Amino acid sequence: MAAAAQAIAVSKALEAVLRQDRGRLMAALTYRLHSFQLAEDALQEASISALVHWGREGLPQSPQGWLIRVAFRKALDQLRSEGRASERDDAMQLVNDLLGQDEPEAIPDERLRLIFTCCHPALELKSRVALTLRTVCGLSTGEIARLFLDNEATMGQRLSRAKTKIADAGIAYAVPPPEQWDERMQAVLTTVYLIFTTGYTAAPGEPRDLCGEALFLARLLQALSPEQPEIEGALALMLLTEARRAARIDAQGATVRPAEQDRQRWNREQEAEGRQLLETALRRKRAGPFQVKAAISACQMAEPAPDWPQILQLYTVLLTLEPTPVVRVNHAVALSENGHGAAALATLDGLRDTLADFQPFHAAHAAVLAQAGQVDAARGAYVKAIALAANENDRRFLAGRLERLG
Amino acid sequence: MQYMFLLYSTPEAEPTYGTPEFQAMMADFAAFSEKAAADGVMRGGEGLQGVDTATSLRVRGGKVETMDGPFAETREHLGGYYLLDLPDLDTALRYAAQIPVAAFGTVEVRPVMDYNL
Repeated sequence: MAAAAQAIAVSKALEAVLRQDRGRLMAALTYRLHSFQLAEDALQEASISALVHWGREGLPQSPQGWLIRVAFRKALDQLRSEGRASERDDAMQLVNDLLGQDEPEAIPDERLRLIFTCCHPALELKSRVALTLRTVCGLSTGEIARLFLDNEATMGQRLSRAKTKIADAGIAYAVPPPEQWDERMQAVLTTVYLIFTTGYTAAPGEPRDLCGEALFLARLLQALSPEQPEIEGALALMLLTEARRAARIDAQGATVRPAEQDRQRWNREQEAEGRQLLETALRRKRAGPFQVKAAISACQMAEPAPDWPQILQLYTVLLTLEPTPVVRVNHAVALSENGHGAAALATLDGLRDTLADFQPFHAAHAAVLAQAGQVDAARGAYVKAIALAANENDRRFLAGRLERLG
Repeated sequence: MQYMFLLYSTPEAEPTYGTPEFQAMMADFAAFSEKAAADGVMRGGEGLQGVDTATSLRVRGGKVETMDGPFAETREHLGGYYLLDLPDLDTALRYAAQIPVAAFGTVEVRPVMDYNL
């Protein structure tokens, strides 16, 4: 009985260490072993050993230091059994250096390299998301599969393909040089933001909150690479959006646009932090898409109502930075809100073919048509939007709008 | 690691032979080749004749089948290649962006298999 209780306590302790520090351990191991797969296998084996040893001898003084040393030995065994002499010599040297250190528990933080590698633009966006969640955030393959409504085997294959490409294509485990920094950082932030939006639209009751993971990643990036306005902008955007989370769905289960949300339900602490970060970012005078999007989010939360003239100006700026069809749709909505209905409709007409299957296009089109007094056309656009709605909340919102048209 | 750069483009997108644009492109190719050689990374590179000169062959059931034309009829044609020895993918992508074809076609970057690993 006591032995069982002890085993449970050890397993809980290990779980806590890994939840907290898996990303850091993986980063340190991958950096030294030059292989994701080897690092992951070694950490896995070290964790199994930990259950046995910690149960027998108690928790080591530095569980992280213990895990990393044992993981290195496991990796060494692996390399030895494969007979890869040159890599073995390198690893042996590293283990000796590591064991010779006075404070082996002082593990340098290599997570920025890890994040840049997981979010390399040579990888498919979905694979970047999965790899980042697995490696930096420590989610299990099963958890990630569930969040993307995939089965575990498919997600496992995706992760393993991504790791193979990193190794075979020679994606360096490194922070990019200055001339590639901005482009690569956008790839990182786009990945983190997709993690956030996936969590934001997930059904309630998911065991892992992806919005929380995305905020963790953005805060980690900010700590590892301070004074970067786009990181601050992305974090501000996520905080401002997160602040509205409780108000985004009404009692009837319908999505509510920021303009019509119950402001009592906004998280003022997150909003204040978001606004402050945005100001800090903008003072650096190096505009980027995430800062502009955060500024738009802040204007939507202006008191007592959204600041549409300012939002229109910001979308005009965003169009020059990110001339995508989706930004054009939002720009058209801002035009319409500022009384430029004809210009808004002209823009949307030009996007009809490109975005025929994109629900937000039809929802925006309907709203702009309704604002312009074209009720019949608006009704038709709402029907199209409802048919394409991805979740029940949006369907209810759109049905409510349609009903209001009479 | 050696990387193969496969240069694809549609014939319509390429500058026309004899125009100043064509001469500028050739000068850019020469400059790129010189730079790669000066950097000590050049392992090879050639332009290919058009796909109308291509012949494809396969052996099926011991029988040789010869076909007029490229392996696959695609809009973008393989027009040439470079083989460069570079430390990692980021470096390779930096070189790829400087190949003139990148501006009007596509450069596919593929690591070359190393059988000694």
